[in-house]
Amino acid sequence: MKIVVCVKTTLPSEAQIRLEGGKLIFDNTPPVINPWDEYAVEAALQQKEAVGGTVTALSIGDESANVALKHALAMGADEAIRITDSALGALDTLATARLLAAAVQKLGGVDLVCFGRQAIDGDSGVTPAQTARLLGWPALTLASAVKIEGRRIRVERSIEEGRQIVSADLPAVLSVVKDFAEPRYPTFMGKRKADRAEIPVWSLAAPAPLVAWGEFAEPPRQTAQCEIITGASPEEIAEKLAEKILAEKIL
Amino acid sequence: MNIWVYIDHFKGAPLLASWEALGLAKRLGNATAVLLGHPMEEAVQAAFEFGADAVLLADDPALADYRAEAFASTLSAAASAQTPDLLLFPTTSRGREIAAMTAADLNAGLLVDVTALEIAAGRVVATRPVYGGKALVRETCAVKPALVTLRGRAFPKPEQQIGRSGPVTRIEVRAEAQTTVEGYSTGEGVSLTDAGVIVSGGRGLTVFPGLDEKSAAARGFALLDELAAVLNGAVGASRAVVDAGHAPYAQQVGQTGKLVSPDLYIACGISGAIQHLAGMRTAKVIVAINTDAEAPIFQVARYGVVGDLYQIVPALTAALKKRLGRQ
Ligand SMILES: Cc1cc2nc3c(=O)[nH]c(=O)nc-3n(C[C@H](O)[C@H](O)[C@H](O)COP(=O)(O)OP(=O)(O)OC[C@H]3O[C@@H](n4cnc5c(N)ncnc54)[C@H](O)[C@@H]3O)c2cc1C
Repeated sequence: MKIVVCVKTTLPSEAQIRLEGGKLIFDNTPPVINPWDEYAVEAALQQKEAVGGTVTALSIGDESANVALKHALAMGADEAIRITDSALGALDTLATARLLAAAVQKLGGVDLVCFGRQAIDGDSGVTPAQTARLLGWPALTLASAVKIEGRRIRVERSIEEGRQIVSADLPAVLSVVKDFAEPRYPTFMGKRKADRAEIPVWSLAAPAPLVAWGEFAEPPRQTAQCEIITGASPEEIAEKLAEKILAEKIL
Repeated sequence: MNIWVYIDHFKGAPLLASWEALGLAKRLGNATAVLLGHPMEEAVQAAFEFGADAVLLADDPALADYRAEAFASTLSAAASAQTPDLLLFPTTSRGREIAAMTAADLNAGLLVDVTALEIAAGRVVATRPVYGGKALVRETCAVKPALVTLRGRAFPKPEQQIGRSGPVTRIEVRAEAQTTVEGYSTGEGVSLTDAGVIVSGGRGLTVFPGLDEKSAAARGFALLDELAAVLNGAVGASRAVVDAGHAPYAQQVGQTGKLVSPDLYIACGISGAIQHLAGMRTAKVIVAINTDAEAPIFQVARYGVVGDLYQIVPALTAALKKRLGRQ
């Protein structure tokens, strides 16, 4: 089975962000693979282990994209390909999905494309469904359990109300949530292989984005400082706190 | 401005955030509610009562189960024929997915999880949190239609006007889909993203003198359940307790869990790691109960108690029960 996993390089969630004149200034925390994509790589590797085949990692971007690709290789992916947009413009989700769908088609014979549920920078979580739609393949999103039997894939989806169990024929697109399985750590050998890997670059043409990011702003801060409620007993504290909560008129 | 609002529902019961989207549509222009599913009578009635000027309906047994492809195809076909200016969706798992696919079908702009929206010179300008809520970005959409998903509880819910009604137009059903729904295993209780009040527990819930971690957590969550019940709220959890197996993943709040914006968020025994804050800092009022006065959660909380949750939570439940007159 030919499996693709789409990964992205992001800043780690601990990175600090400052704003200056509507622009974001990042601290110099080194970038990492988008944490959600580690689950996607894990899902791809588990399917390979279950039914055989290869895992190819894809990422769009400049050389920083190699961070995510090398992590995927170190976890056990067989190959990695970096995709650049020949116009080198900003991408929106649909342009991203078009590039990924084009790369999957160029690879040819792909049976399964795995994604993390979202990237922790843009937080959109729509690229998997858009890529599936452009490929004309079923989108099995928010998967917490996956089983492939022959050409049939069965998935448990995490939705607001609990779990929905769906199945489809391959090829298909999958997005994976956290309770799928803990992602494995890269092995020493895996890291060495990843360090030495020459990652090929494909230049593909992306359409102009339809949605553009403009200025950034500070998120609204809690205006009031924290008021610490004290008292002689838990009951007294609770009485005071209950009064404060009711006075907010939010219940 | 001609605005369509996708009413997200689970088996015919609409999610609250759908009405918030309808309220926004009414303020911006002419609001048409789009309802896909089966059976939909009650949801159609509710859509009018929450302000829809008109309803577009595909009520068909073939849509009884949610399948993204069929829902998106039905919506895309109607939208390409009738060319609305703007399509709004609640940011639910289904809303996100249908919006994603419909935007791909229509080659339209998609703006996700938006917390503020305006129309400037005929263009949609939206604000949304990015980088785990550490910044807001203004997004603009250059084309029509724009598809926008709205973060739950970021927009006010309109008043329900009982008995209100209006015109219903049927749209063509496009039920073909490659996925088959085999079943559900659903949880109970209020969904976290819809909840007005969330009582959340963290690792502080797993330490109780004389009890092992599992029994301590069970006892702690029982206390949170009682508090949540008095407040008609839902129970959430930090990743630490979810990873330890004391709460299901569906309850996890934070960057890798649910993003929530309740009116009241009560954090019990949660330190306030940045990844947890990413999921809840937009709550209107945050209350923190923690034994450690230095815990970062106090930096985002409006009210704090430096104390033992096993003592404070039951006392708070009793105090609120008395005042709210609930059993
Ligand atoms: C990529 C990534 C993604 C993550 N995503 C998430 C996420 O989505 N959600 C999330 O929550 N975390 C997430 N985390 C984990 C996060 O960094 C923290 O580890 C986690 O939130 C800590 O959970 P906690 O506050 O319950 O535990 P701790 O940090 O251990 O805090 C426990 C708190 O309980 C207090 N306490 C102890 N006993 C009592 C008592 N009797 N009464 C009152 N207070 C008491 C302590 O003082 C302490 O402050 C993520 C981490 C990473 C790296």
